[in-house]
Amino acid sequence: MKKAPDPSKAQSGIKKPASRQERRFFWLGLLFVSPWLIGFLLFQLYPILSALYYSFTDFNIFQPPEFVGLKNYITLFNDKYFPVSISNTAVMSFIGMPIGLVVSLLLALLLSKEVRGMPAFRTIYYLPTVVPIVASAMLFLWVLNPEYGLLNNFLSLFGIRGPSWLSDPKFTKVSLILMDTWRCGQNTIIFLSALKAVPQSFYEAADLDGAGPIKKFFKITLPYIGPTIQFTLVMGLISSFQYFTQAYVFASVSQMGQSITGGPKNSLLFYSLYLYINAFSYLKMGYASAMAIVLFLIVLVASFVVMHLMEKRISYDVE
Amino acid sequence: MNKKGYISAKTSRRVGTVCSYILLIAFACIFFTPFLWMLSTALKPTNQIFLNPPKWIPEPIMWENFGAIFRRMPLFGYLQNTLVLAILPVIGQIFAAPMIAYSLTKIPWKGAKYIFPLILVTMMIPWQVTQIPLFITWSKMNLVNTFVPLTLPAFFGAPYYIYLMRQFVKGLPDSVIEAARIDGAGEFKILYRVVYPMCKPVLTTIMVLVFISGWNDLNGPLLYLQDSSKYTLSIGLQMFLTTARQEWDLLMAASTMFTVPLIVIFFLAQKQFISGISTTSGLK
Repeated sequence: MKKAPDPSKAQSGIKKPASRQERRFFWLGLLFVSPWLIGFLLFQLYPILSALYYSFTDFNIFQPPEFVGLKNYITLFNDKYFPVSISNTAVMSFIGMPIGLVVSLLLALLLSKEVRGMPAFRTIYYLPTVVPIVASAMLFLWVLNPEYGLLNNFLSLFGIRGPSWLSDPKFTKVSLILMDTWRCGQNTIIFLSALKAVPQSFYEAADLDGAGPIKKFFKITLPYIGPTIQFTLVMGLISSFQYFTQAYVFASVSQMGQSITGGPKNSLLFYSLYLYINAFSYLKMGYASAMAIVLFLIVLVASFVVMHLMEKRISYDVE
Repeated sequence: MNKKGYISAKTSRRVGTVCSYILLIAFACIFFTPFLWMLSTALKPTNQIFLNPPKWIPEPIMWENFGAIFRRMPLFGYLQNTLVLAILPVIGQIFAAPMIAYSLTKIPWKGAKYIFPLILVTMMIPWQVTQIPLFITWSKMNLVNTFVPLTLPAFFGAPYYIYLMRQFVKGLPDSVIEAARIDGAGEFKILYRVVYPMCKPVLTTIMVLVFISGWNDLNGPLLYLQDSSKYTLSIGLQMFLTTARQEWDLLMAASTMFTVPLIVIFFLAQKQFISGISTTSGLK
């Protein structure tokens, strides 16, 4: 991806006049890709640049934006909810999301052995992801009900008194992680297809060398599906930074008469939720834009760090 | 696995198989029980919701709970709006994604190799960044409180679906397309007559994914639809949740009704859908 443009090619392009056929394909290619190009300019590039501009202004939609320099950014770094929302989000990114990935990898590993009834298991594991987020949030509010919910009933069979999952600030994020792990089926299918692509002969050779299952997993499976793990990790990271809908639904039922509905003791005040509240409840569009720009930078940095840490770069095979 | 030295490889493999079945079944139970819990609660009379231990099979079975939902909210109106917001984007993505993917993989032109990485990079743009300026633009155009902001962008393609489509179209044999070109077929004709018919699995995958995301979407409608006659099932359900706090029978009945159409679609499309995800998600 990082290849520098080949100068010799460019020169030969200048020397040799493009044939009619080449020009025809150029315009056709451009025509066919034009929906994306137009969409990119209108719905992505232009909004990003405007967000950058708004982030330096005071803006409430009704009056024209007023330039204030870095004020929004300075206010943001002194905002007492900023660290709260960042640390809440970090819990989902660095604990919740990896748990989901590990569970889906485990399920995929179990399914990848020649199991009888594999399609049925696969369907069951995938099914929760089909449930609309609002519906599954509602379902989990009830499953996690402290007195009559499914989970605490189950725990009481072992004599464990389950916590008040949704009103105890220590457990609200655990509740969300439980729900998200329930919905991990998409990655299970992705991992499963990656596992199926590992050449069987590698394992046979390892068997001959007397390698145990754990060694085989770390020496063969993991390196081979590395790119897939990297892909799901980056995607998971990006979406966890934007964590919103589930938290919005959970927080909306547990408003404790606070002005900010970030759930019990703001334990569900995720960065995106706080951004949304600033933008559309308080109409602090400039401030929210500054938050959005900061989010964008965090996402970019984090994605590149993950890609670099996992040395094996994905080759997207763009040539 | 530390018994390895003592017992034969065959027995240890058998033990492994039994263990993995136990795990598979345990997880299947964990994943499936919430569905049973939802359905069971949805069919309970009010006096059996709050019982300890819970009663899984209600007596009598209250099918009327589903009817009660219709009296509590304008479900048909919500459904109609939701369908518009789920189906129009499907049409949009099915129009745009194959066209773009075709340009990126099967038309020999120089732009393709620069544009594809750019499309991948745009996957990293958080929606929060574009949300505010887009909202301001749509409101200047007086299109807030219409379905336009929620459906029009789909006709320009979305990076993830373009990516899925590209992975699939790339794998199609060039020879077929070359042959069609030699026969004098135009590129549009090749795209619609040759490429589309070969893309059924991935098209199904994309249709299902786009439909589900339109059906599910809460943020978009929350932001853009202000008139209650334009509300979708997501918003309706979310509002019902805040008004009907303890009526878990009705809440679960509503959730069930909201979920069942997607489960039906999933089962109808399952075979192509899963093969579509499997063949395209590989990072080839």
